[in-house]
Amino acid sequence: MPANVRIKDHWKEQRLFERRAMAAGAIIGVLALVLFARLVTLQVVRHEYYTDLSQGNRVRIEPLPAPRGLILDRNGTVLAENRPAYQLELVREEVPDLDATLRRLSEIGLIAADDIDDTRKLVRSHRSFDSVPIRLRLDDEQIATFAVHRFEFQGVDIRTRLARSYPYGELAVHALGYVGAISEQDLGRIDRAAYSGTTLIGKLGAESAYESELHGQNGSREILVNAQGRSVQRQGALVPNLITVQPVAGKDLVLAMDIEVQRVAEAELGARRGAVIAIDPANGDVIALVSRPGYDPNAFGRGISRVEYQALLDDIDRPLFNRALRGTYPSGSTIKPAIALAGLVHGEVIPTETRFCNGVFRLPGSSRMFREGRSGRHGAVALVDSIARSCDVYFYDLASRLGVDRISGFLAPFGFGSLTGIDIGGEKPGLLPSREWKRKAFSDPADQVWFPGETVNFGIGQGYFLVTPLQLAHYTSILANHGTSYKPRLVTALRDPVSGAVRQLAPQKVAAISATPEQWDIVTQGMIGAMRGRGTAAATAGRNMTYTIAGKTGTAQVFSVGQTEKYDEKTVAERLRDHSWFIAFAPAEAPRIAVAVLVENGGFGSTGAAPIARKVMDAWLLKGGGA
Amino acid sequence: MTFGSIDSSYTRRTLTRSARALASLKLDGPLLIGLALIALYGLIVMYSASGQNVGAVIKSATRLGIGIVVMLLVAQVKPGFLRRATPIIYVAGVVLLIVVDVVGYVGKGAQRWLDLGLIRFQPSEFMKIAVPMMCAWYLHERPLPPSTPHLLVTVMIIFVPAALTIAQPDLGTGLLITIAGVLVILMAGLQLRVILALGGLAAIGAWFGWSFLHEYQQKRVLMFLDPQSDPLGAGYHIIQSQIAIGSGGIFGKGWMNGSQGQLEFLPERSTDFIFAVIGEEFGLVGLALLLFLYLFVVGRAMFLAMQTQETFARLLSGSIAITFFVYVFINTGMVSGLLPVVGVPLPLVSYGGTSMVTLMAGFGILMSLYSHRKLIRS
Repeated sequence: MPANVRIKDHWKEQRLFERRAMAAGAIIGVLALVLFARLVTLQVVRHEYYTDLSQGNRVRIEPLPAPRGLILDRNGTVLAENRPAYQLELVREEVPDLDATLRRLSEIGLIAADDIDDTRKLVRSHRSFDSVPIRLRLDDEQIATFAVHRFEFQGVDIRTRLARSYPYGELAVHALGYVGAISEQDLGRIDRAAYSGTTLIGKLGAESAYESELHGQNGSREILVNAQGRSVQRQGALVPNLITVQPVAGKDLVLAMDIEVQRVAEAELGARRGAVIAIDPANGDVIALVSRPGYDPNAFGRGISRVEYQALLDDIDRPLFNRALRGTYPSGSTIKPAIALAGLVHGEVIPTETRFCNGVFRLPGSSRMFREGRSGRHGAVALVDSIARSCDVYFYDLASRLGVDRISGFLAPFGFGSLTGIDIGGEKPGLLPSREWKRKAFSDPADQVWFPGETVNFGIGQGYFLVTPLQLAHYTSILANHGTSYKPRLVTALRDPVSGAVRQLAPQKVAAISATPEQWDIVTQGMIGAMRGRGTAAATAGRNMTYTIAGKTGTAQVFSVGQTEKYDEKTVAERLRDHSWFIAFAPAEAPRIAVAVLVENGGFGSTGAAPIARKVMDAWLLKGGGA
Repeated sequence: MTFGSIDSSYTRRTLTRSARALASLKLDGPLLIGLALIALYGLIVMYSASGQNVGAVIKSATRLGIGIVVMLLVAQVKPGFLRRATPIIYVAGVVLLIVVDVVGYVGKGAQRWLDLGLIRFQPSEFMKIAVPMMCAWYLHERPLPPSTPHLLVTVMIIFVPAALTIAQPDLGTGLLITIAGVLVILMAGLQLRVILALGGLAAIGAWFGWSFLHEYQQKRVLMFLDPQSDPLGAGYHIIQSQIAIGSGGIFGKGWMNGSQGQLEFLPERSTDFIFAVIGEEFGLVGLALLLFLYLFVVGRAMFLAMQTQETFARLLSGSIAITFFVYVFINTGMVSGLLPVVGVPLPLVSYGGTSMVTLMAGFGILMSLYSHRKLIRS
């Protein structure tokens, strides 16, 4: 080996290695101490902090939805309830191919082809392990269909859940409303926290108006979850003190409605479009509230399909439209008793004085002729007779003597032109015309003036004056009550479903109309007269009475047809016929029911609407209702 | 060697007999006991960490068994043969690394595996031993401390496989290969000033290399600096493991009662983050016990390394012993939030195949180098 090459010195190298090994050992010791110090920091110094974090990690709060209150009629018949329903549910993570599964489900008819996209969206919006209802309320046949094909559908199964059920279907749907999935709009009016866990919310009718009472208070349950948020069942030290807050069931609603009377009213209206409202004048209780056609509220709780809903929207009869509360029509002659009372109160008419009706009325200094609507000429008529036989000429004259200001002023306390204040929402105020209203309503100065001729038409309930069937029923109950007025109400009491305790709601009185008993009596006599002898409804609703009815017919002119272009001539012709009105209360001497009936395009009030009102009163009075 | 022939008590004789048996198998008793205790501890924890999965425990035990067999076999190889075979092993390993990089099987989105039909082989794992062997082989015949040219050759020996591994990309294993090789150089007696100079160069290299790191690798480092900045993403691991360890306290929540681990808040609870499961369920006491066992094994391994007389054996066994501690420290440091998350398993405890076999092979080499030393002397 050359001298300049370093020679390996094994002894020295061994010592060198040993020194290095010692140094390494020292470094290892230091690092081990650093690590240990770190562990002490975590496990001793900051132990409580991390304990809190780990506790927060594993406990989740799961809502326990409260059972929704029932809806009962006045006799305790259940109109809306919660029934176990079979529904199809899907767990996304267990489904091998979501699109193929949904397609196949639609092939065997369990979901509509049009709903596939919506269903996919619904499923995707949930966590992958959530069981998502994709079809509510399966019937027996659908359950059987699924059972046969079950092997094809991994991750899809039938589950039982509580669902809202309306045993009478379409009956009274416009009074009850329905429940449906919570919408964006609904979220604006509810406390989201209180509704976590609730899937359905009241839409329209009593279901909506009494939502807070029906809903109850959702409870909650703390559950142990893993990192994916999935609930896990474990015993032992892992389970902390999990708190459960029991839900408080919603209150049951007791309605004033008598489902039998309601059924009669709907059956009598049948396939015709219209509305029937029956009110107990003593307290404003709504015995029946009908708007036809209706629809099946169960469809919404079931999860209405796009096609079904579009069909309801497109129906020319507008089944979703609540005619009883939202339909506004000219009152026709049904307003005459109020005009007569106004005449009496304002001293513009002497009851015994007759006026000669030759079928035509002319305003002084005008050549315009106002004709008798129907039966030519009545000859000499006094006030009672003018109501009974619905003499237009008499009321043309009376109205022009009263003037628009006094008529409007007198009608307002009956609730015309304003909301009756019924306890379910959605009603329209109609239109009570006045000089002031006309000034505001029209932009052309020439139209802003109230013409005397308009007052004349007002006297027989034509012209600008518009009322809802509910307003007419309310008005009728005030007539029956000799001026005392109650807010119409569907719900009379709330019942606690657990204790059974019933809390009665007090009827709400509103402003009274002052007239003397004699004046009321004269108007009542006129309405009684309408049902007898030469009265307008004597031959129809007045036949074979076993109690005294005070009634008034009305015929409202139709000026135009909505949504015209869609319909053929025959339909248009039918829809241009007059609307048929009838109001009545009975027994006349001690009224227990006040009814307003509207039949759209039903022709004369006496033939279209009056027989229905009679059937409704029979159904109520002959079995002793309100007694 | 005078194995306790003085005492005649039964116990002594039994111990003597087992020591003799071990010696004839070229194994070291204390090291074996230390490793066995860690493995047993690991299996107990594994049952809990896998969510009471007996299958996982059996698989883990099987791998451990394979590891022991490998260790036993490797321990029989004579150091001389091992040394002569080293260049071949190293070159073969580098070639395999290149093959993996080029046509490697795509596993976990990174090319690390070589599919050999029955088993999947990870050349980078293999290089964890081959690199220090090659370094030790190269320095064996050179005078120590190494001269600069020798040093540069050694650095290249380390650099080539490490770079290939990082390119896979597998930063964790690449760093471990580098560390194993660098440890050989350090043990060879590098002067302090050279160490400092290289440290400076490494710092510059790190700054330069930063731009070559994959985005996920950069993210891991950044996330380590501030885990709270991304609590649902990259920081989630660290946050959850710290919660697990911290909530364990001094005595722990009890076996199978750690909510973080059992309810799966802790990610990779049976693999890289199993240390946190121990901390949660057995507390500071459990972790201290484990650390003690590791330190015992490292200490014994260092002792064995010092007993060898040959340069190759000394350097290699010293590197193996310290590398083992480095594994332990990186994993525990990562899980407890001292170091960034680099994906290094906890030796002998974490669930996972190749690394266990590599570790046991390393200990097999260590035992071989130690137990064959007499033959070298004679």
